[in-house]
Amino acid sequence: MKAKTIFFIIFMAFLLYAAFEIHPFSKPTSKMDDYIISNAQNETGANNVVTSVVFDYRGYDTLGEATVLFAAVSGVLVALRRKEDKHE
Amino acid sequence: MIWNIPFITVIVLIAVGLYAVLFKRNLIKIAVGITIIESGVNLFLITLGYRKGGVAPIYTNLPPNVEIPKGMVLPVPQALTLTSIVIGVAVLALILSFTMKIYEHYKSLDSHIVRRLKE
Amino acid sequence: MSEEKNNGRMSIIVRTIASSVFPFIVIFSFYIIMHGHLTPGGGFQGGSVAASAIVMLIAAYGYRKVDERVKENSLACIESIGAIIFVAVAFVGLFMAASFMYNFLVGSPFFGEIPHGGNTGILNSGGILPILNIAVGLKVMAGLSAVVAVMALSAGEKK
Repeated sequence: MKAKTIFFIIFMAFLLYAAFEIHPFSKPTSKMDDYIISNAQNETGANNVVTSVVFDYRGYDTLGEATVLFAAVSGVLVALRRKEDKHE
Repeated sequence: MIWNIPFITVIVLIAVGLYAVLFKRNLIKIAVGITIIESGVNLFLITLGYRKGGVAPIYTNLPPNVEIPKGMVLPVPQALTLTSIVIGVAVLALILSFTMKIYEHYKSLDSHIVRRLKE
Repeated sequence: MSEEKNNGRMSIIVRTIASSVFPFIVIFSFYIIMHGHLTPGGGFQGGSVAASAIVMLIAAYGYRKVDERVKENSLACIESIGAIIFVAVAFVGLFMAASFMYNFLVGSPFFGEIPHGGNTGILNSGGILPILNIAVGLKVMAGLSAVVAVMALSAGEKK
């Protein structure tokens, strides 16, 4: 219990330090996002920039996410399998 | 900066969730804590990409007088948040189904009584 | 006590409202999926809306009805079909154009219009994004519905 408390306090102290050291709120600097906003319509033909990021620029990410969803659904179907199916 | 109040809100959310995960014994409460930590992470990603006065990065019915690169919020953190939400739902379903099987087997949700989860 | 007698279903008012609202929720989810490249939304959100409609039916009609009507195998089959469409479109991009998941339909007459600047939305645009939206929408809808149906069945049988 004492080790858990010490870990909790140290972890929260690190997070607080990071919150005061991060860039100021509402002033992000990202050249990648500026490029994507400027060129998403010409390169993907979609009006919604978030959708063009999800399915085009980061399509591998979505593929992995679909794999995770498939694995989780398979896990639930296996874990809560009906009793009758065991005899097959 | 003291004006980073949204980041401090994120830390409060993560602290509540981590407290529930570390110090509670009920498995349902641990699942709720994990969900609160996920909410904190999603809020962190959205907060990270916010631009002052920015509109949503969608060109359909765009309001006039929007400066194109600098007038929109960042799209990539929002896409990652979308991914994170779906994965969170899948993981929560898996956690709850395993909790149901544990309750069926041990007739208890206390992690000290459930023998294999102790320590 | 009364729930045991009614096989877990709710009163006739709730059942009537649920069955009459159900098509509108499904149509709304299809709208969100089809307009995923124009308005806020997409495959995941629309699939979640459709799954929530099925959750409403389960809550209104009880797990016995679900046991009769819903087959987990068919839902898993629909989910696999969504995954296959997704990967197939990605591989068509690999074979017909430059790379895996390349957006090869931009500029072609089918889903290929390229808008410029702020506009009111062209449905016939986006390249392969609408197809991938439909695939992911099928996948999320079937997956979440299967999860909730199996959980309701398992919780109902234990009672």
